[in-house]
Parts: sequence; C-alpha cells; structure tokens
Amino acid sequence: MKTIGDYAKLIRSKNAGPFWLSVDIFAEAQYAVLCNRLDNQKIAEAFKVPPDSLKRFDLDDLRVIKLSLPRPVVQGATADRDQHGAQYAHLVSALGLLPDGDR
Amino acid sequence: MTTKVLVPSGVLGLGFDREALALGVAEGADIIAIDGGSTDSGPFYLGTAQSKYARATCKAEWRDLMLARAQLDVPLVIGSAGTCGADSMVDWMLALTQELAVELGQSPKIALLYSEQSQTTLQSRWSQISPLAAAPAFEQQDIDTLSHCVALAGVEQIQAALDTGADIIIAGRCTDTAVIAALPISRGEHVAAAWHGGKIAECGALCTSHPVTGCVMLEVDQTGFTIRPLHPDAQCTPHSVSAHMLYENADPVVLYEPGGHLDVSTAQYRALDERSVRVEGSTWIKAERYTVKLEAARIRGYQYSLLALVRDPHYVKHIRQWSAHLQGFLHRLIEDTMGELDYDLQLRLIGVDATLGELEFVESHPVEVGVLGLITASSDDQAQEIAKLCNPHFLHFSLTDDEPSVTFAFPYSPAETSRGAQYEFVFNHVMELIEPMDGFRLKVVS
Repeated sequence: MKTIGDYAKLIRSKNAGPFWLSVDIFAEAQYAVLCNRLDNQKIAEAFKVPPDSLKRFDLDDLRVIKLSLPRPVVQGATADRDQHGAQYAHLVSALGLLPDGDR
Repeated sequence: MTTKVLVPSGVLGLGFDREALALGVAEGADIIAIDGGSTDSGPFYLGTAQSKYARATCKAEWRDLMLARAQLDVPLVIGSAGTCGADSMVDWMLALTQELAVELGQSPKIALLYSEQSQTTLQSRWSQISPLAAAPAFEQQDIDTLSHCVALAGVEQIQAALDTGADIIIAGRCTDTAVIAALPISRGEHVAAAWHGGKIAECGALCTSHPVTGCVMLEVDQTGFTIRPLHPDAQCTPHSVSAHMLYENADPVVLYEPGGHLDVSTAQYRALDERSVRVEGSTWIKAERYTVKLEAARIRGYQYSLLALVRDPHYVKHIRQWSAHLQGFLHRLIEDTMGELDYDLQLRLIGVDATLGELEFVESHPVEVGVLGLITASSDDQAQEIAKLCNPHFLHFSLTDDEPSVTFAFPYSPAETSRGAQYEFVFNHVMELIEPMDGFRLKVVS
C-alpha cells in the first residue's frame, strides 16, 4: 500500500507555539491525488485526537496541504517526548490514503 | 518611499554568511533587524531567564552587526533578547553590547525595551486577560506560581524605541515580525506589506533556496514588498517565499499580531527576476481592542534521569513486557518504602517508541534498547531518593522470578543524573491594553 510519504515531496511538522502543532505536506506533482484521497479521520486517529480538532487547509497555489491541531501533549509538559514537534511528520508520512474515487 | 530592512538571520546565535552581510552593507539599508528568541526550545529558557545560545556565539555575531550598523549609520534592533526576552536578558544583551562598544571604540546610544510582566501587574490586570484556543486552565490564584511572564510587544513599542533616536535597540520579548515591520510602518509604507514582509523575512534566508546563508534584504514600499537573498548563490522564488508563510503558523493565511491581524489570502507572489520576489495584495485588519500575547513559565517539578542499556537478546525481545513489569514493581516499591508521594515515573524505550510513545505504529526489532527513566517529584531531594531507589532495579530486574540473575549496562556512573527544576508553559492568553506602551518600559543609555 502506498503511503502519504510516497506521494509527497516533503512532509514537515513543527510547533506553532507551545500549544499547537502544524504539519505541512508539500505535495507538488501529486497534489490532486493527495487532496482527493487524504483521510482526515485516519490522521486524527493516528494522533489520537478528536477529528473535529484537526484543521486542514488545501493550498492550491502552493500545492501544499497544511494540517493544524492542538499539540497531542503541550510542549515541555512531563509527557512531552519531542520539544520541537518535528518528528510527528513521520506519523503522517506512513499513513495510507482513501481508495481512489472515494471522495 | 521605500524602506530597506536588512535581516541577517533568523536568530542571533544561529550564524550567517559574513560575505552576504557585507554585500548588504555595501548596497545600503535603512535598518538592520534581527530576532533574538522564541519559545521553540521549550519552557526552560523563560523559566530560568537564560539564553539558549552561547554568549560567545552571540557576541561574535553581534560584533559583526554593530560594525555593519556603524558603517551604515542606521539603527540596529534585536527583539526577544536572550531567547526568552525577560528583563534580565535585555540587561545581559546590554552588557554584551557595552563590552563590544569598548572593544570597537564605539559610543552608541542604546534604547532598552522591557516586556516582563510582574505578578503585581498580572494581579491588577487579571480582568483584562483572556484565554486563546487550546489555552491551559489557569486561575488568578495561580499567578504567584509563575517564574517569569513576558508580554509580546508589537510594532508600536519598537517604534517608541526607534523614536528615541537610539543607534541600537535591545527589546525584550516581542513578535518576530514586529522588529522588521516597525520602521517601514513608521515611515508610512503599506502596513500589510510591512507585516507580511516581516513574517517572510523573520527567519532570514529560510525563505530562500539557501537557508544557511542567513541574510535577506526586504524592501517595503507603498504598495507591497520585494524580498531577495543577499548571498549570490541563493534565490527567492514565489514558492519559497509563499511557503514560508506556513512556517510555525497554525493558519496559513492569517497571522495575529498586537493590534490586528494580517490576511494574505489575496496576496500575489511574482518573480521579478531569478532571485527576487514581489508581493502585493495582503490586507491588515485592525482589531477593536489592542491586545498583546502573554507567555509564562513555572516550575512543574524536579527531575532525575536514569539510563540503562539492554543488549541481552532475550530481554530485547521481551522489552515491552519487561518494562511494564519493572514500572509496576517500582511503583509498589516506592509506595512501600517512601509512602504515598506525588511523583511521575516514565520508562521510555529508546529504539522502540521513545519518540512517538503510544502513537508509534511500527513494531521494531532493535539490536539493543536504551531504557530512559524520567523521575519527576516535588523536590530535588525527593526525585534523587526515588532515582536511587530505582537504580539497582534498572540494573538487575529479571523478566521472571525463575531466571538467572541479569545485569544490564549503565553507560556512566552514577547512572542517575539530576536534571534540576523542570518548567512548563502556562499561558496561551492575551492581555488588553489601553495604549500600547502600557505595561512596557523604555530606557535610554549611552
């Protein structure tokens, strides 16, 4: 099964302040595929957050899909494992897509 | 009119290309502006009012910028001095500047902008403070638990510092964009373009093809802005520039700042040549209330760490089971020995799931596992006592009772390490001000 990472040119994640996390999927040539088949529900499940807390922005001009969500753990809290939030990108990268024509 | 802002890098301490800076100085600029901090490296720096970067690094870079400033005879401004922008870090940056002034034979006029908010101020203004989305719960009675609190200044406070006629401005915490946008807005350039250009240039050459070169030149005029790298090998493209709007920002087209917000949804990015990008069409929406964001940190406990290395294939194979048993055993042992305590004990399996924790989805087959124990308690003594109690079990804990005794590897002695006071961020709040300088202090020294 091909993953989001197989289609995207680059996926990066980073804190947007201590309380928010932002994931940028640079889709480039595969933008249409990723826009149509990115599975919001599955992404929310991967982060174990309620689906409605995930904001998604499809940026046609940049061919980028941006995801924003409250950080799964607040930066610097006892349970935080990644102060800068940059490794969460790999969680998104490994996810599969919706079947073709599902959306 | 056009206002040229030379931005040497994303933050003082990260380095920039000295030739690129020299090229910027040769062509001229109206101001040199650089950021000095961020919350990005965690609550420790604000909690303790310390710099993340080495003083020697900051001094070496600041020397180049003070020389560039003297050559151009324009203001040099740094925001969020000393990583966290606390008052004592403004003074730290002042001491460094004064040392350099003596060494370089300069006598600059220096303006200092202080952003720290005392507990007394927070108490008296509590009714003007309100939470933003995803803010942690915080009550008025919690104010006395704060180690440091800063308010993020915007362009108005930087402009007040510029209006003193200072050669060098050292600002406490402020937004990354404000130090860049302040002068163009003062000089009557397009307000939204100044903010938008400020956001694009705030990480220096991160909006270019060669991020490590640092230096960019931002030109803001009455209709928009132009951005280009100063290093000859680097390029700005409409893609590299517009993509930077996404960076560290939860919303890709909106940026909240003191006094309003920037909306770039209608902005047009156009290549002027192979290296420069022209941007027009963003809008600035003034807010009805003037608010500044607050940041604060406080101690959440004292921590010790323990590290054991497991190479024994039998234990590596059963490491999750071993770790769960050890954790349960230690909790019972701590309670039996020390009574009921408020503490936190985590075992993180390096090589298995230490980065993503319960979100990890790959079942790995590592050759060895690092077992990182993190013990957080309400005092340093208590954390140390718990760590010492855990120590022999990190070394010898058996998977089952009927196995031969086992000894894992400790990479150093002692295996337990004090990590001192641990801090947490507590505010994601804004404070309403009657006028922008309310709560900020300005001082001029020479």
